[in-house]
Amino acid sequence: MTGKLPGPGPGERMRPEGRRNEDGIRIDPEAEARHEPRRAVLSALVEHQPGVLAEVSGLFSRRQFNIESLTVGTTVDESRARMTIVIEETRPGIQQAKKQLRKLIPVVSVRELDHDSIQRELVIVKVNGDEPDKVHAITEMYGGETLDAGPRTITVEITGNVQKIDDAIDAYKQFGIREIVRTGYAALSRGEQQTAEVEETVKLTAETETPADDD
Amino acid sequence: MSDSAQTPHADEVEAEATDEKPGQPEGESHVEPIENGADAVVAALKNAGVDYLFGVQGGAIMPVYDALYSETDMTHVTMAHEQGAVHAADAYGIVTGDPGVCMATSGPGATNLVTGIADASMDSDPLIALTGQVPTDLVGNDAFQETDTIGVTQPITKYNHFAASPDEVGDDVSTAYALADEGRQGPTLVDLPKDVTQPETDVEPGKPETPDTYNPPEKADEDAVSEAADVISDADKPVILAGGGVIKANASDELRAFAKKHEIPVMTTMPGTGAFDQTHELSMGIAGMHGTGYANMAITLTDCMLAIGTRFDDRLTGDVKTFAPDADVVHVDIDPAEISKNIEADYPLLGDAKAVLDQLGDAMTDSPEAEAWREQCQTWKDEYPLDYEMPEDRPLKPQYVVEQFDEAMPDDTIVTAGVGQHQMWAWQYWTWTEPRTWVTSHGLGTMGYGFPAAIGAKIAEPDREVVAFEGDGSFLMTSQELSVAVRENLDITIVVLNNEAIGMVRQWQDGFYEGRHMASEYPWVPEFDKLAEAYGARGFRLEDYEEVDEVIEAAMEYDGPSVVDAIIDPEENVYPMVPSGGDNSLFALSEADLDEI
Repeated sequence: MTGKLPGPGPGERMRPEGRRNEDGIRIDPEAEARHEPRRAVLSALVEHQPGVLAEVSGLFSRRQFNIESLTVGTTVDESRARMTIVIEETRPGIQQAKKQLRKLIPVVSVRELDHDSIQRELVIVKVNGDEPDKVHAITEMYGGETLDAGPRTITVEITGNVQKIDDAIDAYKQFGIREIVRTGYAALSRGEQQTAEVEETVKLTAETETPADDD
Repeated sequence: MSDSAQTPHADEVEAEATDEKPGQPEGESHVEPIENGADAVVAALKNAGVDYLFGVQGGAIMPVYDALYSETDMTHVTMAHEQGAVHAADAYGIVTGDPGVCMATSGPGATNLVTGIADASMDSDPLIALTGQVPTDLVGNDAFQETDTIGVTQPITKYNHFAASPDEVGDDVSTAYALADEGRQGPTLVDLPKDVTQPETDVEPGKPETPDTYNPPEKADEDAVSEAADVISDADKPVILAGGGVIKANASDELRAFAKKHEIPVMTTMPGTGAFDQTHELSMGIAGMHGTGYANMAITLTDCMLAIGTRFDDRLTGDVKTFAPDADVVHVDIDPAEISKNIEADYPLLGDAKAVLDQLGDAMTDSPEAEAWREQCQTWKDEYPLDYEMPEDRPLKPQYVVEQFDEAMPDDTIVTAGVGQHQMWAWQYWTWTEPRTWVTSHGLGTMGYGFPAAIGAKIAEPDREVVAFEGDGSFLMTSQELSVAVRENLDITIVVLNNEAIGMVRQWQDGFYEGRHMASEYPWVPEFDKLAEAYGARGFRLEDYEEVDEVIEAAMEYDGPSVVDAIIDPEENVYPMVPSGGDNSLFALSEADLDEI
């Protein structure tokens, strides 16, 4: 049979004093520190080319990042598109998501946006049309717009931050919501700060640098 | 193809193109006129300095093969299977440092490359794959031999691209080549629809250049370097963990100089094997699941780890909670995403390993005072040597076979291996002194890798000895490439460590599945020496200790491929062993230890 190699066995060996947590971070061995997940809004400027969305979404799914929403659209520069990606991850997870995203060749820039960045989502809600006046009042209250009104259904759109949209949806529930569609976040940084960290070599046109409108 | 209107124009452009590149050395530029997209593909490869291509012909890639018909500067090696082509190209890339090139047709040809591309991706090997594709008007229609190659290979390539126009396809290939080579190396792929390679064009490809958006770091931040240098200088128990990135960056000399100057013990990961000379007293051998006991003790108890070009794979770290838990980690890597991916880096140094080692060398004013630590390391080396028993009444021990080959062959011999127990014995019992001599499938663990890799390695380095260690199960998967080795008369020795099993699986079944040998025993493997003879190679059967020297000599003397079917002790297992996800310092020295830990 297979012989035993020489040397003291596992129980007789020197032991280290420290310990790391599951993220490979050194910790106090007494306290098994864990990082709580938080919500992060990432903005990626990408080359506007076929397959780039598949590449980004594929990256997120195969690395098991917990993605909440992903929106994409063109920018002033027609060769570039901007993606807004909302993820819920631990701190190391968010860092890793940013780095992995940045590694993709068509990705020009990746930045995590501050809490005070401008973050907006659009929702379209189709409710029962039995009480059109009440529906209209709520739409007004949330600064929304009625897109379609018929004898049996009313469809409205609301734009705003997640809290406002959640509240509006709650309010519409009394009429009976038939269908709903949410776009996920579109976001830009506030004021003069640029949303993308673009290297000098791929500096965008002056137009793109125009500060974004405030809300 | 009509040439009446196009030919004169093509000639003009060709003349202009030659004029436009005065700086290019003579003989390096593409001189044949470019007449179609396939010519542009070939020209791009030629401009990049490609000498060899490995591939298999097929319907959708035919235009590119046709463009190679009268090509004399590049040699195409036809392989028996696309998997053979990609592994050969991969090994060519590992041994030379320049991207290996493989080609296949669409559909099954392309999917047969997938394993090797994934392999190259895991190991950061420079590789470019060119795949044929059905004409664009058929794409998406489930046409004959159509596969969404871009979709299939997206997660396993550094970059892939669907070529859309004959005028751009040359540049597409140049870009893919440059991206495979620069920064953290890796596989790239260009999918070539037949209606892109076949139609006329006269556009010369540019030189290989990466896109503007791709800016890998070179030197690390000076302040970060000086901070890291202080931490290393102050360490009581420093180690250097050298990964594959050291070899990829050609930084072995810098590593050796740095370690020797500051007397810091060095261990390597499996891909980093050969980065440091194992005969040197500072060598702590190989770390990880089947690494040496002394490396795994040092890796666990160090207080300062300079980790260079490693991604802290789970086969290296075991349980991250117990990996170097007392250590400040200085992590040098060219890929920012590797920093703090698995093990948090206290001092990240982003840059090319060679450049950063130079920077660190300049910044280190004091060597760590670690005499006691070095003595401790030596104690562990004495306590936990790699060893095996060799009772005369037992069949051949695989470790002995590896050791005898190691002794008989020169230091710069290139050793390739498949995946399994044989790979681990080759890794453990060969004495590694030179970089780019250990070619195997590290991250993906691809059985069948070793032999086609040996073909690529031999073609890259025809004057060096190449030995492929294979297992019986592993060799079965790609042994058809013997036809190629015989046709090309490649002087390779294939050593099959034959235990009639997928030995590593059987070992795990012994350790963790109550010895239930489900689908792991292969009593029906062919006699590999006779298989070799059937292909026209030399075959040797090796069963007794007395025959070992004689067979090695005969195999080495034979000018061509030879297969040594070494019938080894089927009960021999690989130790030491850290159980998957375990604590590195609790490595098992035998099966009995596995029950304890």
